[in-house]
Amino acid sequence: MEAAAGGGCGSGPPLLLSEGEQQCYSELFARCAGAAGGGPVSGPPEAGRAVPGAVTAAAGTVADLFRASQLPAETLHQITELCGAKRVGYFGPTQFYIALKLIAAAQSGLPVRIESIKCELPLPRFMMSKTDAEIRFGNPAELHGPKAQIPYSVTEKNTFKRMDDEDKQETQSPTMSPLASPPSSPPHYQRVPLSHGYSKLRSSTEQMHPAPYEARQPLVQPEGPSSGAPGAKPPRHQASLIRSFSVEREPHDNSSNYPEEPWRITEEQREYYINQFRSLQPDPSSFISGSVAKNFFTKSKLSIPELSYIWELSDADCDGALTLPEFCAAFHLIVARKNGYPLPEGLPPTLQPEYLQAAFPKPKRECTLFDSYSESMPANQQPRDLNRMEKLSIKDMADFPVPAQDVTSDDKQEQNKARLALKSTVDEALPKDMSEDPATSKDSNSLKARPRSRSYSSTSIEEAMKRGEDPPTPPPRPQKTHSRASSLDLNKVFQPSVPATKSGLLPPPPALPPRPCPSQSEQASEAEIHPQLNRAPSQAADSSPTKKDTPYSQPPSKPIRRKFRPENSATENQEPSSTVGGPASAATGKPHTAVQKQSSKQKKAIQTAIRKNKEANAVLARLNSELQQQLKEVHQERIALENQLEQLRPVTVL
Amino acid sequence: SRASSAVLARDNYPLYIRSSPTENELKFHYMVHTSLDVVDEKISAMGKALVDQRELYLGLLYPTEDHKIKYGYVTNSKVKFVMVVDSSNTALRDNEIRSMFRKLHSSYTDVMCNPFYNPGDRIQSRRAFDSMVTSMMVQVC
Repeated sequence: MEAAAGGGCGSGPPLLLSEGEQQCYSELFARCAGAAGGGPVSGPPEAGRAVPGAVTAAAGTVADLFRASQLPAETLHQITELCGAKRVGYFGPTQFYIALKLIAAAQSGLPVRIESIKCELPLPRFMMSKTDAEIRFGNPAELHGPKAQIPYSVTEKNTFKRMDDEDKQETQSPTMSPLASPPSSPPHYQRVPLSHGYSKLRSSTEQMHPAPYEARQPLVQPEGPSSGAPGAKPPRHQASLIRSFSVEREPHDNSSNYPEEPWRITEEQREYYINQFRSLQPDPSSFISGSVAKNFFTKSKLSIPELSYIWELSDADCDGALTLPEFCAAFHLIVARKNGYPLPEGLPPTLQPEYLQAAFPKPKRECTLFDSYSESMPANQQPRDLNRMEKLSIKDMADFPVPAQDVTSDDKQEQNKARLALKSTVDEALPKDMSEDPATSKDSNSLKARPRSRSYSSTSIEEAMKRGEDPPTPPPRPQKTHSRASSLDLNKVFQPSVPATKSGLLPPPPALPPRPCPSQSEQASEAEIHPQLNRAPSQAADSSPTKKDTPYSQPPSKPIRRKFRPENSATENQEPSSTVGGPASAATGKPHTAVQKQSSKQKKAIQTAIRKNKEANAVLARLNSELQQQLKEVHQERIALENQLEQLRPVTVL
Repeated sequence: SRASSAVLARDNYPLYIRSSPTENELKFHYMVHTSLDVVDEKISAMGKALVDQRELYLGLLYPTEDHKIKYGYVTNSKVKFVMVVDSSNTALRDNEIRSMFRKLHSSYTDVMCNPFYNPGDRIQSRRAFDSMVTSMMVQVC
């Protein structure tokens, strides 16, 4: 059956579509077009308004679909151009169909040409990754279904249904709940059906299984959570496109074909982003201004147009400032871009502020960070990360029994279930309120500790991310305050009033007792050692800051040198003194060991003193050079003024 | 039918020009250029009283040709938007034109909000701006 390309402005070659193709394409198109309202790329409503007389597909949805075909980006670009969408600026039915044909052609290995689509082609294959799945229904986490197996077909349909949902929040209603059935994690399930669904699409005719699907619909409906109008679902379910994707599936461990999910933020990433946010803006509930963010992101060394594009994507409300979720999204996009991922056409739903907000409410403190992770993070994130990081453990997870739970629309339930799957020890059968969740938070802490410990050795994206993290922001350097220098306060040095610093540092020197020569009695030398030790740091402090402290520079250096002598002399003195015996011996016994300790302490003190001196020297050298510079400038100004004066003088004389 | 939009900076150099369909862009450039004179005239005629939203209806600039109707719009910062449509479409579309200009204006401010955008730069394939303008013009066609 030939179906000429529908729609008004079609100007491509006449399409020959088989019946199956026609059906498939029209369903795909309906899906994409249906998402036009709620698609990620939806500008102002008027902009999204369809061309009168024709239906257009939202570019973002279409782009995602094309990406799911797993063709390289250039091919997709070519296809987009060829089908005419670029030319007319939108995806009408004509363009869409042509594009689908081209995708099928490309997947069959034919060159991307208009001629290719004239021959018989299999249906295009779309490996729907989890991304798309979750795009379709936002937060897939509500897979907490108590009951048993409901075929994944349901999930899929629901998935694609979601696209029609204007309200993403609504999509969070876990009509997908059925998937909670035991083995692996919920997202695991989702992945299975989706890839299955499409692969089925390709492999055979559209084996629509409307019957099993619709049979389960009633099953799904009652389980649907309160949110989302279950009643509204049946009419949506009617869309034929669901049928095309309903296929029978079996769970199989497809952790191997789990595609890398670039647009989802893991906990570590999220933490890092939040910390960076805090470094720019201490209040996590406030926002970062545009210029601050610009400076920050410029450090990532991406090109300005790319950064500008990323900003466009992430600043959802276009207010010139980034809230925390927007910031995380932007950062994530930058990281992804640095790792080579092409920038998406539209903000992926997993990066949208509402999603991020729901997923990760802004934490006030680190503890609440964990709590929020545990409580609000959708379970699919957790198990998903775990999947990514502990691929081997998926089978383990399958062994964990998942207790039945009442279905609520809570994300926390999801997480509870997921956590249970991993830690069967915790009794979380009861729904817990967010506030009263100490056990789960602890679990999540330990839970996160596990993935986090492994994540550092795992996926390349995280490693690359860590690499990519470095350019944007070097870790905050420790303050230049010298923690060691108790007596030396370099801040004083920087103060403009140098005399003040001098005076501040002078007192110690006068307090020094006179320096006895080592040849004095032992007691004197011992006594000297102690005060010398005490003095050494302060003397080093004295000597370092001021060059003008010349009268004191000598004494500071002397005790440093002398310290060694007193040590030796002390030991020498002490030894003969110990032979003398008497009270001296007892006295020397202690000082002997004390002296040794003191000598090592002295060495350390000397070293620290040296370091401090060097630092202070460097500081002063810089200060000096700056002052010299200023002096030069002032000189020049003075010369200029004098010249002016001279020039003016003869005039006045006249 | 054809439609074109242009965004011109304060100093009358183009920040963004887009025609749909994309042929005849040069002609459109020329049209925009000539219209600038009229625009400036109207602005100066306003005097010091800067109006929030001035609409500049220039009428038929090329009576002999396709009856192109040009509309102008100037923001408070003297950024000008010019739109050319075929008068073969409905002639009475004042409100529509106004709303289109409003959309243009709001998209432009969104572009400005981007800290990576330097005012005075060409508005280069701004995902939101470009797509919005294109879709808008397509609607007009």
